[in-house]
Amino acid sequence: MSDNEKKKGKAPLKTLGRTLGFVVKSYPVHCVVVLICIIVTAIVTARGTMFSKELINDYIQPMLDGTLSQDKGFRDLGIKMIFIILTYGAGVLSTFLLNRLMVYVTQGTLKIIRDTLFEHMEKLPISYFDRNERGDIMSIYTNDTDTLRQLISQSVPNMISNVSTVITVLISMLILSPILTLTALIVVTCAVIITRTLAMRSAKHFRKRQKNIGEVNAFVEEAVEGQRVVKVFTHEEKIMQSFDEKNEKLYDSTRLANGLANVVMPIMGNLGYLNYVIVAVVGGYLAINNIGGFQIAALIPFLQFTRQFNMPISQFSQQLNSIIMALAGAERIFGLLDQPIEQDEGYVTLVNAKEDENGNLTECEERTGIWAWKHPHSADGSVTYTRLCGDIVFEDVDFGYYPEKTVLHDINLYAHPGEKIAFVGATGAGKTTITNLINRFYDIQKGKIRYDGINIQKIKKADLRRSLGVVLQDTHLFSGTVADNIRYGRLDATDEEVHAAAKLAGADYFISHLPKGYDTEISGDGANLSQGQRQLIAIARAAVADPPVLILDEATSSIDTRTEAIVQRGMDSLMEGRTVFVIAHRLSTVKNSSVIMVLANGRIIERGSHDSLLEDKGVYYTLYTGNKAN
Amino acid sequence: MIRKLSHYIGEYKKITILTPILMVLEVAFEVVIPFLMGHIIDDGIKAGDMDYVIKTGLLMMFMALMSLLFGALGAIFACKASAGFEKNLRHGLMSKVQQFSFSNIDKFSTASLVTRMTTDVTNVQMAFQMMIRICFRAPIMLISALIMAMMTNRKLSLVFVCVIVLLGAALAAIVANAFPRFRYVFEKYDGVNAGVQENLTGIRVVKAYVREDHEIKKFHKASEFLYKRFASAEKIVALNGPAMNLAIYACMTGIFWFGASLIVKSGGVDMQVGQLSTFMVYTMNILMNLMMISMIFVMLTMAKTSGERIVEVLDEEIDLTQPEEPVCEVKDGGITFEHVNFSYSKNKDNLNLEDVNVTVPSGSVVGVIGGTGSGKSSFVQLIPRLYDVTDGSVKVGGVDVRKYDLNTLRDKVSMVLQKNVLFYGTIADNLRWGNENATEEQMRAACESAQIREFVESLPDGYDSHVEQGGTNFSGGQKQRLCIARALLKEPKVLILDDSTSAVDTKTDAAIRKAFREYIPDVTKIIIAQRISSVADADMIIVLDEGKINGIGTHEQLLENNEIYREVYESQMKGADFDE
Repeated sequence: MSDNEKKKGKAPLKTLGRTLGFVVKSYPVHCVVVLICIIVTAIVTARGTMFSKELINDYIQPMLDGTLSQDKGFRDLGIKMIFIILTYGAGVLSTFLLNRLMVYVTQGTLKIIRDTLFEHMEKLPISYFDRNERGDIMSIYTNDTDTLRQLISQSVPNMISNVSTVITVLISMLILSPILTLTALIVVTCAVIITRTLAMRSAKHFRKRQKNIGEVNAFVEEAVEGQRVVKVFTHEEKIMQSFDEKNEKLYDSTRLANGLANVVMPIMGNLGYLNYVIVAVVGGYLAINNIGGFQIAALIPFLQFTRQFNMPISQFSQQLNSIIMALAGAERIFGLLDQPIEQDEGYVTLVNAKEDENGNLTECEERTGIWAWKHPHSADGSVTYTRLCGDIVFEDVDFGYYPEKTVLHDINLYAHPGEKIAFVGATGAGKTTITNLINRFYDIQKGKIRYDGINIQKIKKADLRRSLGVVLQDTHLFSGTVADNIRYGRLDATDEEVHAAAKLAGADYFISHLPKGYDTEISGDGANLSQGQRQLIAIARAAVADPPVLILDEATSSIDTRTEAIVQRGMDSLMEGRTVFVIAHRLSTVKNSSVIMVLANGRIIERGSHDSLLEDKGVYYTLYTGNKAN
Repeated sequence: MIRKLSHYIGEYKKITILTPILMVLEVAFEVVIPFLMGHIIDDGIKAGDMDYVIKTGLLMMFMALMSLLFGALGAIFACKASAGFEKNLRHGLMSKVQQFSFSNIDKFSTASLVTRMTTDVTNVQMAFQMMIRICFRAPIMLISALIMAMMTNRKLSLVFVCVIVLLGAALAAIVANAFPRFRYVFEKYDGVNAGVQENLTGIRVVKAYVREDHEIKKFHKASEFLYKRFASAEKIVALNGPAMNLAIYACMTGIFWFGASLIVKSGGVDMQVGQLSTFMVYTMNILMNLMMISMIFVMLTMAKTSGERIVEVLDEEIDLTQPEEPVCEVKDGGITFEHVNFSYSKNKDNLNLEDVNVTVPSGSVVGVIGGTGSGKSSFVQLIPRLYDVTDGSVKVGGVDVRKYDLNTLRDKVSMVLQKNVLFYGTIADNLRWGNENATEEQMRAACESAQIREFVESLPDGYDSHVEQGGTNFSGGQKQRLCIARALLKEPKVLILDDSTSAVDTKTDAAIRKAFREYIPDVTKIIIAQRISSVADADMIIVLDEGKINGIGTHEQLLENNEIYREVYESQMKGADFDE
């Protein structure tokens, strides 16, 4: 085995260890009790079966032979039975305890895993979400935690219980007769080999089936999603043809996978009987010829054990399959948990401030409307306060989503408080990328970005983002009421503040006409609102946060012109008096901007006011007039 | 429901019927084995008769092998039958959906149709497999083991008659109590998942407003609730194990005590030692199968919901039908609307289009303008008969669209939808949707007209470039232009663009329209647009407002006499687009 293969072989074991470690760490006492219960149950079952030998040898046979009087025999047996009933009682109790505790262990661990997953996910950098498909992340929460539930609640305890059953039964059998045990083991070994072969074959087909199911599902999804296009192009028959091909493939693998898996049960069951017969014949021979002191009375519990031995073994290989499947899911869960979280080495924070008559800033608790950056200096332990104004400077900034591929080159720009900076350029020119850098969704590779003179690397991310308002092209609303969604901008905003923000955005009118006004529930990402209305709520959300700097990605290609005009008005009043970075799609925004940056291939190729750029007759001129510049 | 679904067993009918028969045979052979067991001990070993031991042993071995054979065959057949049933059912659903009209599609959401065709079908398949196999096996095994036990010793078998009744009642109570709780749990489960989904789509907003902790708190609350519900449902199911053990132990105790008493009191006549062993095996058989039956019950109830959801699709009535003597030729691209009323809900009081009258000569260019909800899309969707009118008639080439063969009509009326999709495959694959046998030459020409040729040919693989599911590896504008090229390849008589150039920049948009005029002058072109510039040069512009025609005319005429048109025009002249 090469090193690589060794690693591959060990990886599932490591994941298993990690998963179990997780369970044990969360519920150490439960786990110990569960383990004890499993062992107790196995011993109780074995003890009960063993009793039939005593019953025959010590009571029935002597009473039949007359060496024991029936009166005394039944009295003794009665006492013995009470003991057996007590043992059984302990067995029932431990099964009850075991099952009940496992509910808490399983569901509790799953809750902890879900919570940890979500907490960790919220702390991951934006790049993680940009690089991973939403569906893939989603299935970690659904499919993978589901398989994990099976692993924790069934596969692992069953595995332990099977092992303990096999051990206790084997010991009991050895006590009864070593020779017969050997005989029984021969058949069992055959059974193990057969099930292993079948299970391995079926696992191969199960994997194939999983792949085919994926293909069929993807095809169905695509076809249904595009059903209208299919109709318009009268492509129904074609679709059926390719569907049938995939469906047939799925049928083949399902048939084989399920067939092989299900055949195991009758085979194991009947091999058990075969074993039974062989043991009976050999045991009979031993008993008749009295070899090794073997008695018929021992044969009855022994036969019982033979059957008990079979069950865990046939389950073993099946469980192995489901454990392996669950571990693949666990691996994906740990994969997410192992993702490095967003780093924040910033130490400059945003605080409420008061200004005295000399213009000096002091920190205070209450909301004053004045914000200041609190900048501690580690060198001499002093603290300086800088007023939050919204002054932003880019110095020779280079950036790439992947280190080897730079998408922004040499960006230099400055925005004074209250200025409006518009970015113009084709799709993919890098407009959105620049705004991603200001709020540090991504970190730059070269150069510096300063905010009120402070390098943004030094500012705590949470405080940096709190000072920036964002209205994105794809408005996203959360489930909850309209008011909840606006208040998302500032959680402690009063109702009056929420209403004022909505008024500013021009959303007040339509909101008050909704059936329940501000308390209207928003369903499924605001599907019950029009796109324009959703955008207005997003604008109000930014307004209630009242940040000095705004980043707007105004996009209206799918909104009709009348709504567009309303949204536009909302945007305009929001922009008043703030430093604004706007990804411009509309002429009017651009025209009134302080500075227009024309981007192409990640570089600023032109900059200036509307008029000066028109005079230059460059790219902006072409874009604006639709004519080629000469 | 069952009758409806059983229709899909189809060619697997034979093995479907064969499976239960095999199960009966398996049980028949298996159930005799423990009976013989007792005899081996009592009549063979105890009597010291080795011949008898070997003879009976061989008989038992034969029985076990036969039972193995039938059991294995039964398993294989059951799996084949159920996989085949699943295949047929899925095929049936898919072909039903293919027959769906647009209004049928409107009724089901995409996600729900996909779940029905995937998860629900798999659930029903598993239930089917259970039904033809375990559903027969478990009760038969239970009854025959009971009978065999009675034959062995009637008095002793009374022991587990009592236990069975009690255990059966307990299991039924557990199922009845747990089931509604689980149903509730799964609803909550969806809620938690929706929370995750929401955070995945809105992560930028969450981070921009630094609301991570707020979201985490919300999630903890939901997951805590889920945990409590799950635990309370599982707690009931967890009683299964101890109940089962209690039953087994009770039977064993009963057999030990009463068995011993029977043997001793009758002096080994009524009952013998070996029969104790027989009884123990039957006990296990009976109780195990009882457990199995309660499991089947749960499975079937769960599958019932899935089955109903599937039947809902299968039972959906297709509301667009082929005419009996269909017209198979479309003469030209002339279009006439005569007093057309239309409602999606087929409700005359809630019309989406009202009294629409318009005649479009073949080969003309028609622009359609109007706000959201004005009925633009409804208007054009009536032309290829994606919906049927509620009143009045729509004619293409002088013939009512309801008289055409549907495929003929839709082949000749080519439409680029607002929400358009590309399919997994290559660019050429997608283009060939328009014309299966399109040559490279034809594809090039179509792409040229749609102003996408240069882009396609600049790709390293050209027309063989890979397209992801839904075309996600292309930009909005590229997708729209590819969809236009695809529609052009159909060589239609009427071409409808439903807001299909919204993501294409103004310049390219104009170039596309110019190409239409040059290369397909005879085709009637209907263009829905938000931008006035897209329709200004049309022969005829229709202004729709709240489902009614507000004005018809050329750009100049409408500027003169139509208020809505003028308003839209003026607002747009203030704001051109920079978008590509």
